[in-house]
Amino acid sequence: MIFLEDIHKYYGHDASRLHVLKGITLEINQGEMISIMGSSGSGKSTLLNILGLLDSFDQGQYHLAETKISTQLTERKAAELRNRFIGFVFQSFNLLPFKNAIENVALPLYYQGISRKNRNYQAEAMLDKVGLGDRATHMPNQMSGGQKQRVAIARALITDPKVILADEPTGALDSQTTEDIMQLFKDVHAEGKTIVIVTHEHEIAEQTDRLIWLKDGNVDLPPAEVMASAERS
Amino acid sequence: MIWDSLQEILFTIKQNRLRTILTGFGIFWGIFMLVLLLGAGEGLKRGIESTFSSDVRNAIWFSATKTSLPYKGLAIDRYIRLTESDLVAIKQQVKGIDILSAEQQLGSSNREPVYVSHKNKSGSFPVYGVAAGYFSIKKFQDYHDGRRLNDFDEYENRKVVVIGTKVAQALFPPNAPVVGQQIIINGVSVMVIGLFYDPGWEGRMSERIYMPLSAYQKTFGKGRYIQMIAVTPKTGSSNKRLVEQISAVLRDRHQISPDDKNALRIFDMAEASENINATFFAVNLFLWFVGLGTLAAGMVGISNIMIISVKERTQEIGIRKALGSPPIKIIRTILTESLLVTVLAGYLGLIFSVGLLELYNYFSDTAGLSTAYFKNPQVDMGIALIALSILVFVGAIAGLIPAWHAARVSPIEAMRAE
Repeated sequence: MIFLEDIHKYYGHDASRLHVLKGITLEINQGEMISIMGSSGSGKSTLLNILGLLDSFDQGQYHLAETKISTQLTERKAAELRNRFIGFVFQSFNLLPFKNAIENVALPLYYQGISRKNRNYQAEAMLDKVGLGDRATHMPNQMSGGQKQRVAIARALITDPKVILADEPTGALDSQTTEDIMQLFKDVHAEGKTIVIVTHEHEIAEQTDRLIWLKDGNVDLPPAEVMASAERS
Repeated sequence: MIWDSLQEILFTIKQNRLRTILTGFGIFWGIFMLVLLLGAGEGLKRGIESTFSSDVRNAIWFSATKTSLPYKGLAIDRYIRLTESDLVAIKQQVKGIDILSAEQQLGSSNREPVYVSHKNKSGSFPVYGVAAGYFSIKKFQDYHDGRRLNDFDEYENRKVVVIGTKVAQALFPPNAPVVGQQIIINGVSVMVIGLFYDPGWEGRMSERIYMPLSAYQKTFGKGRYIQMIAVTPKTGSSNKRLVEQISAVLRDRHQISPDDKNALRIFDMAEASENINATFFAVNLFLWFVGLGTLAAGMVGISNIMIISVKERTQEIGIRKALGSPPIKIIRTILTESLLVTVLAGYLGLIFSVGLLELYNYFSDTAGLSTAYFKNPQVDMGIALIALSILVFVGAIAGLIPAWHAARVSPIEAMRAE
């Protein structure tokens, strides 16, 4: 599904150039639910952005669902691939504040040229599925954090993407809501979706199939306490 | 698909009311002020113009007073009186004259009492005997009823007059028929055949009564004397040359010294209107200066608002891009949105300001509210539309640049922006 080989990423130029990813090689299989962890500055967000075609990489090979991703990918092409292949879930939800739940969920379908009636119908069904059928016409500011994240997940699922990329999806939520959202991710995973979650919470990582630990821009073995807590579960 | 995009844009406009109103108001205000200003300028111009008499603008008027120099044995301070034979002489000796006419006067400046009455109402008004062709010079008189005097009235010595609106007000009850009525001037009954309004001298030229010269001379016993000679040049001949040649004829016939500056009074309308034109030029220059200033202020205003409103949307742009919007679509959306808002707002600005000007016109016409030096403000639609296009264009560019930037930054950075 996802295949990375020797991915390098630099920020800045010349003398102040920062080598953020130092040759990441990684394979994520269809239907896997994995987590990416690492201390801050380890490059985990950068990696997720590259996976999500939100950022370019400077060197290496990236295949996403049999499509070779070039280092020179145009923004137009990237936008199209994101729309078709990837669903995003962000820590800060990133809903459009002036659109209600249905319209937010339907937005990716707008960029596929699907008619308003059709996409709103699909969006409503998707909101039902994530348990927000009764909040379909609410605006984001009328919803709790957990509800907003459900809307965001519904939006990520609406295009039936190859992979869901979640960047600290529970970072802004309390522990009860975190559990609910993780349950939702697990339900989605159970239907066969590939899910990648970046997190710094061990409890989250423990609920995934596999943990990828990043250290200084490289994939590394997780530190002992992480291993220990993983074994405990 | 286009309709869907438009719906999406309309929805965004509707949901971001404050931004829409601010953007729109910038354009609205710019156009509104500009049109009011240009309209007021035009009103000022027309106001000044309306204080002109209804004469054609190139007429030259000759009259005579006392000599100020002795000449050929004739004493100083001798009164010169122009006569009808001067007209004949001018006609024979001077080429390049289009209209040649004359007027003779009772009342007003001659301090002769002129009693004019109709039934039980009366008043005192200046009465003019005017030669054939006179009304070709008073071309822009506005006839409310009846007709002007013509050459047949002159040749047939008809005892007919045309009277000004102020005369009619004094002699006739409101809304009573005027044309066809008899009025009595110094005991002589004449028929009114026309009712005119002349804006000259701020309307005081409407206090006059005009009569054919031939009948006038016979009726009021003025002999063959005339007070004023009026001349217009044929196209191609200059006022200056006519003034010189006619003066020469008159000096010769009345034994006036060539150096006498006082004996002949000459009023050249063309020279006067040249001065007025210079004033108008200055007024216009000022209007354009202020107008362009307003336009520039509008341009700065709209640019600011567009830049801020696009900045404010950076996060939205980031989210839209992450969800699969191609950059070109972002730019197109913002551009369409700003065009929709600015064109509509500019259109409203036009309607409101032109409406306001028309409202002023309506009330000043119906209520007879006339202000000196301000009349009938109006705006040149072409100029207003050009100004509108400039503002809309600048607004679009001002929105386009930050939109283009926002569309180019990575969605991650855009989404992080607050």
